[in-house]
Amino acid sequence: MSVLLRVHDLSVSYGHIEAVKGINFHLNSGEITALVGANGAGKSTSLLALSGLLKPARGKIEFDGEDIARLAPHKIVQRGVVQVAEGRAILTTLTVAENLALGAYSRSDKAGIAASLDEVYALFPRLKDRAEQFAGNLSGGEQQMLAIGRALMAKPKLLLLDEPSMGLAPLMVQEIFRTLVEINRAGLTILLVEQNVRQALKIASHGYVIETGKIVLADSGANLLANPKVEEAYLGG
Amino acid sequence: MEWFNDFWSTYSTLVFSVGVHILLALSIWLTLSCGLLSLANAAFMGIGAYVAALLTLHLEWSFGTVLLAGGVAPAAVALIIGAPVLRLSGVYLAMATLAFGEVVRITVLNLEITGGPEGLNGIPLSTEAWHIALILAVTVYGLARLRRSKVGRAFEAIKEDEIAARLMGIDVDRYKLLAFSLGAFIAGIAGALNAHFTFFISPREYGFENAVDILTMAVLGGFSNLIGPMLGATILTLLPELLRSLHDFRSLVNGAVLVLVVLFLPKGIWEPRRIRAWVQRFKGGRA
Repeated sequence: MSVLLRVHDLSVSYGHIEAVKGINFHLNSGEITALVGANGAGKSTSLLALSGLLKPARGKIEFDGEDIARLAPHKIVQRGVVQVAEGRAILTTLTVAENLALGAYSRSDKAGIAASLDEVYALFPRLKDRAEQFAGNLSGGEQQMLAIGRALMAKPKLLLLDEPSMGLAPLMVQEIFRTLVEINRAGLTILLVEQNVRQALKIASHGYVIETGKIVLADSGANLLANPKVEEAYLGG
Repeated sequence: MEWFNDFWSTYSTLVFSVGVHILLALSIWLTLSCGLLSLANAAFMGIGAYVAALLTLHLEWSFGTVLLAGGVAPAAVALIIGAPVLRLSGVYLAMATLAFGEVVRITVLNLEITGGPEGLNGIPLSTEAWHIALILAVTVYGLARLRRSKVGRAFEAIKEDEIAARLMGIDVDRYKLLAFSLGAFIAGIAGALNAHFTFFISPREYGFENAVDILTMAVLGGFSNLIGPMLGATILTLLPELLRSLHDFRSLVNGAVLVLVVLFLPKGIWEPRRIRAWVQRFKGGRA
């Protein structure tokens, strides 16, 4: 199994506070990897460094053999690393279709973009039904679908997700996770950052547990689910 | 045609002012459309006016070249100050650009070549109605095209949510700089046109008050589209004239009108969504 992305000794600070303290992990091509941990452990911070929104204080992020740790966010999107933002960050005054079109901003292959749009609509038929509605009128779950769909429009090689389950009803969480598995089966590598540890580890091939800025456990998703330490700390005993 | 000649001899300056103010309102619309609250446009207008007037007076360049230089000079300044200033957002950006405006005003006030506080006198009256009409038409057409283009959609995404825009692969910093400089270019041309029909310019005309006036035009008209700023600029230019018969109460009523509009039409006078809703309610009421 080839490694698509390798994080080496990554540290990220907010001013004097070091939120991520020299972490190492890697993502295998074609797999779902989960980065789990409690609130404030440094999960989102790590992800923001991967997508370029935060500049790392130290360390390397090797993607496809290139260090992307200090590239601007739009350059990282061009390389094929695309993040679905936490809190969904959809453009509420634009229509669903306009949001999706903006997702393909870094591309210029018209035929390819049209094909991606068809794929997204096939994945989320509800978005097609609401294509001409303002995105602000969508339900929380639909907004999350739109956020994922918009990221897919960039034709990523690696999809980064920050808390896709946040603020959603349990049934909707399951639907979103089912879709993630479906996208992954089609060949896309996924890094999933979650507080919903059980759901995340269920669908992940590999998982990393992060605590106060350090990776404390690394194993297959199934092994982590069965690990007594994980169970005690995150799955409510 | 006699009535027209009478009208024109009395009101041509006013009509010219409406045109120049529309250009200024459009210049700030451009920066607002990219989510930037910049108050530098009065200063950019001033730079354009002074550069153009000095080129006319000292080097006797042709009017067309002078106008172009009046746009290019502030745009170049915007490119230089944009990189550090545009890291700021919201009120902080407003404060920084306001401070920049004061720096420009005080510099002009103290330089020899700009005539200091007395300003520049005897600028030839080269601006004709068709100049303003043509430049307005080109600007409106250009901005309308821009709005529908890929660049325009990037601006809109940045205005709505900067983080989301970055995650979509939009080079946010570059587009902000583009909006800022293009706005400066339009404001500069407006300043150059203005200098060549008022005969006289002084630093007073490009200070804080004017910066706020320009912003007010766009906010009053509504800046979700191009018609809003044009309407706002027209109203704010004509209103003081229409209220002339009120003499001393003029400023009072002028202010009251602004307060009422902002209170009852917070998104500006020209807000397509609300107007559509009104039309539908009117139709529904009759059916």
